Amino acid sequence: MAEAGTSPTAPPRSFIWTRRVLLTLLALFTATPLYVMLSSSLKPLRDVTGAFRWFPSHLTVQPYLDIWRTVPLGRYFVNSLIVASAATACSVVIAVFAAYAVSRYRFRGKRLFTVTVLSTQMFPGILFLLPLFLLFVNIGNATGVALYGSRGGLILTYMTFTLPLSIWMLVGYFDSIPRDLDEAAQVDGCGPLGALLRVVVPAAVPGIVAVAIYSFMTAWGEVLFASVMTNDVTRTLAIGLQGYATQTEVYWNQIMAASLVVSVPVVAGFLLLQRYLVAGLTAGAVK
Amino acid sequence: MIARIRRGGLPYLLLLPALALELLIHLVPMVIGIAMSFKRLTQEYIGNWGAAPWAGLDNFRLAVDFDAPAGRALLHSFAVTCAFTVLAVGLAWLLGVTAAILMQDTFRGRGLLRALFLTPYALPVYTAVITWSFLLQRDNGLVNHVLHDQLGITDSPTFWLVGDNSFTALVITSVWRTWPFAFLMLTAALQNIPRESYEAAQLDGAGIRRQIRHITLPALRPVNQVLVLVLFLWTFNDFNVPYVLFGKAAPEAADLISIHIYQASFETWNFGSGSAMSVLLLLFLLVVTAVYLLVTGRGRRGGHG
Repeated sequence: MAEAGTSPTAPPRSFIWTRRVLLTLLALFTATPLYVMLSSSLKPLRDVTGAFRWFPSHLTVQPYLDIWRTVPLGRYFVNSLIVASAATACSVVIAVFAAYAVSRYRFRGKRLFTVTVLSTQMFPGILFLLPLFLLFVNIGNATGVALYGSRGGLILTYMTFTLPLSIWMLVGYFDSIPRDLDEAAQVDGCGPLGALLRVVVPAAVPGIVAVAIYSFMTAWGEVLFASVMTNDVTRTLAIGLQGYATQTEVYWNQIMAASLVVSVPVVAGFLLLQRYLVAGLTAGAVK
Repeated sequence: MIARIRRGGLPYLLLLPALALELLIHLVPMVIGIAMSFKRLTQEYIGNWGAAPWAGLDNFRLAVDFDAPAGRALLHSFAVTCAFTVLAVGLAWLLGVTAAILMQDTFRGRGLLRALFLTPYALPVYTAVITWSFLLQRDNGLVNHVLHDQLGITDSPTFWLVGDNSFTALVITSVWRTWPFAFLMLTAALQNIPRESYEAAQLDGAGIRRQIRHITLPALRPVNQVLVLVLFLWTFNDFNVPYVLFGKAAPEAADLISIHIYQASFETWNFGSGSAMSVLLLLFLLVVTAVYLLVTGRGRRGGHG
């Protein structure tokens, strides 16, 4: 600060004060719910059923032990983990292939493909929900393949949701990798796929990481389809977490503890890798 | 270049998995959805939807018959959604652009602050919204504790999650978790503005205000065009926030269109009328997007796919 104050291009004091005030307000707005989440998760039950308290009457980790018993949180956790990981892995692989085709080849229908795929991104989820529900039920009735209520159905759905934006981000990223690189690899005897796997993919790791975070976060947080497409066995965290609220008593301390437990992995991953996401998003947006 | 001459079929092969999934999960259901909207698709036909009788335009007529309860409810829900979208997108953008510009120069603690600001966006939607529903509880929530117990602004504790106040609750919760996305996109865009532009402006004697107006905001225009559209579509279609905040029965003042269609469909199991409402929603979004792209002029140079 002091150093900036003496530099010739330093912002004027009025700006610095405006900045301090506004950013403090924004930080309070952002941090208060996070603080409540953390502090309430360490409170005994009576602290969260009576009038609100800023601080726990005494600190306890009991909520973190109880959350696994009140609802089958462990099962929901495993379900979410399976669904989100599988959807992410499949979506990334498929998006890499598709983006490579779009970035490196000219072919008939390319524009139709990109426009159609991108425009599905704007369609309301509710429009797909009813038909997809019917489609899954009817496929199940006709072939015996249980998509409705299964993890497989949810994985298929989530991987498709993230495809459009993933392809778009990756095309932007691949376009920024010089074509000479993969052409040189092809001259050296790699096939087009060899060039993709040995040259383009390694060069595009940041973009691929970005797409993977985006896909995982989407699948981990999705509510609408999870509310309809899962049953007691396959229920994911998004719906399972509401179990604490339908009991005769609302265990707010446990809800906050469970929220924190399911949030920490994605938030930590996101904050560690967010610069890749920024790079990926801008690579797409710059075009 | 070399490859495209040799292997004409390869790009299609690479696209095949993506194409198959898009067809199965997006395009075929969309066509089915449009077909469903012309059918009398009630509970007895769920397992065998092909057998449902055709209804012509009846489902649509019912949805837009604003003298009947169903049509009136849809119109009300549409109005609520429009008001919610304008407010929530406007505020999210304003907070995002403010924070992004204020944090353009380095200062001590900037990295930490940026991480804090991005956290609500990284949280799974449902945990963010559940936390807000706790804050907004009437008897044991933080908001009433501050407003009523500590500051004494209200005479009695406010009901935030039922009645008219639920609209405010919805806007605040939505803004809290979407503004960091605007911040993220705008921060990324600001990094592309060359420092020399600012240095040149400073040499010319331009103050901070003029620099923001004449350098920063114009440079952000392309990102803003995409950002506002994306925020609009997400917010307008938002299902998660009202669903988690209010449970299955959203109060009338916060009856967003997605949740309205969801309830209308799964309460009565009348998928025909639900689909008709979804198709109307899609048409509305298509028109708004087309007009938006035309007005902002991006449609004309969007040729490079």
